[in-house]
Amino acid sequence: MRVLLDTHVSGVLRTVVSADQLGRTVVRIAHEILEKEQPGDEPAVVGIHTRGAFLAHRLADLLGQFSGREIPVGELDISLYRDDVAARGSLTIRPKLPQPELRGTNLPFSIDEKTIVLVDDVLFTGRTIRAAIDALFDYGRPARIQLAVLVDRGHRELPIRPDYVGKNLPTSQDERINVRLAEVDGVDEIVLEGAEE
Amino acid sequence: MNRHLLSINDLSRADIDSVLATARKDFLELSQRDIKKVPTLRGRTIIDLFYEKSTRTSTSFELAGKRLSADVINVKSGYSAAGKGESLKDTVLTLNAYRPDIIVIRHPHVGAAAFISRFTRAHVISAGDGKGEHPTQCLLDIFSLTQAYGSLDGLKVAIVGDILHSRVARSNLLGFQKMGMEVTLIAPPALLPRGVEALGADVSHSLADLANVDVIYLLRLQKERHQGANFMPSLREYIDRYCVGRRHVRPGQRVLHPGPINRGVEIESGLADSEENMILEQVEAGLAVRMALLYRIIVDNAVPAATSELKDEKSQAANERFTFHV
Repeated sequence: MRVLLDTHVSGVLRTVVSADQLGRTVVRIAHEILEKEQPGDEPAVVGIHTRGAFLAHRLADLLGQFSGREIPVGELDISLYRDDVAARGSLTIRPKLPQPELRGTNLPFSIDEKTIVLVDDVLFTGRTIRAAIDALFDYGRPARIQLAVLVDRGHRELPIRPDYVGKNLPTSQDERINVRLAEVDGVDEIVLEGAEE
Repeated sequence: MNRHLLSINDLSRADIDSVLATARKDFLELSQRDIKKVPTLRGRTIIDLFYEKSTRTSTSFELAGKRLSADVINVKSGYSAAGKGESLKDTVLTLNAYRPDIIVIRHPHVGAAAFISRFTRAHVISAGDGKGEHPTQCLLDIFSLTQAYGSLDGLKVAIVGDILHSRVARSNLLGFQKMGMEVTLIAPPALLPRGVEALGADVSHSLADLANVDVIYLLRLQKERHQGANFMPSLREYIDRYCVGRRHVRPGQRVLHPGPINRGVEIESGLADSEENMILEQVEAGLAVRMALLYRIIVDNAVPAATSELKDEKSQAANERFTFHV
């Protein structure tokens, strides 16, 4: 099904953020997080699978470098918290061939009383973030949850607002934003896939 | 995945891998959390219909449904209208009026799960039908073995004991072979089904052949199904020849048993209490695997919203199937 839909947007590809820019953006977000920190805060970074998790690890490393503290980092898998389990069918895992070990939620620290910076690559409808917040609360009671995204492409369907934004990219509904990260895609870039003219 | 799970053959190798991957990725971790519940099947209804005694399968299915936030109803034969003479068909038609999403059934007659699938729009999952099959036991055994051994290709397993009366043996023979394992059946001749050689397993009557395998799978002697026939000269003789103890197990071999165990009959007490057996790991695996199965059977059969035409066709087909058989 997904493949069928994708054929409609196989139009123009445009790199909107280069590797250099992407790197600088993540550094800026890290600085902003530290700037906003309140006395007594215990920050921790939690990324949403898949690309949010890689971004979270990069952010945690940078935060560690800049602040000289160890910043806890974890990964969240939200597939069990989606609001469209029945409506869309399986868009989650369906291995047909042997695949690398799938990774679920991994929070190797207590989130109680921490300031959690939730990280995702693209903010779109906000439904993923809603699911992620629900999931987090099943693991404990954070003092505060903030949201950091690399791209905000608009079209929110829920009252959710990011605290840290890498780049605002106003898009139309039928465009696609592809964030590519070196860890999974071999290259750092953000590509806009436009509809066919 | 098929609409129903009545036999392990309803699952392709890819389906099995998918269920196991979901169990491993999502549900093992869930059991270790303080809050052991996710909202995934919120608002769904699961009816567990048990016409035979069961501890682990029924608790496992109940807990699996509850941890996925489904509403779970347990119907046990001793307390149901079955005791008032209601037929299985009428019980299922009645329960179907509640529009359940999944019916799990354990029944003493072979084919009961397939039979009731004609009278409900729910997904039907067999939790064991007489001497027929026990597909979810097979799934959890494959899962336990995968956790312990990694790939199962070429792994040698001996299934030992009352194979004739065992639905677990039937499902596991099919399932293990599907995963590339080599199966040996060890039992007295009278406790082997006729024509079993045709199923592609080696057959032996001696525990000495345990030396050649990687995994030992023990079965309970199902004395309750032996009524009216003598399948062995005496219990004493069966124990002498087929009770497996620690001395039969060499280092590196793992021992599985679907439970309930009868200490001193098919398994010596020392082995039942030793590190070599995976009995409690199997129980833990059972919960994760059943959660994964309940999840996947709903999700994989969900009709994508974007294709409402397909949905109409599918529900029409379901309606036709339904009216045709009733």
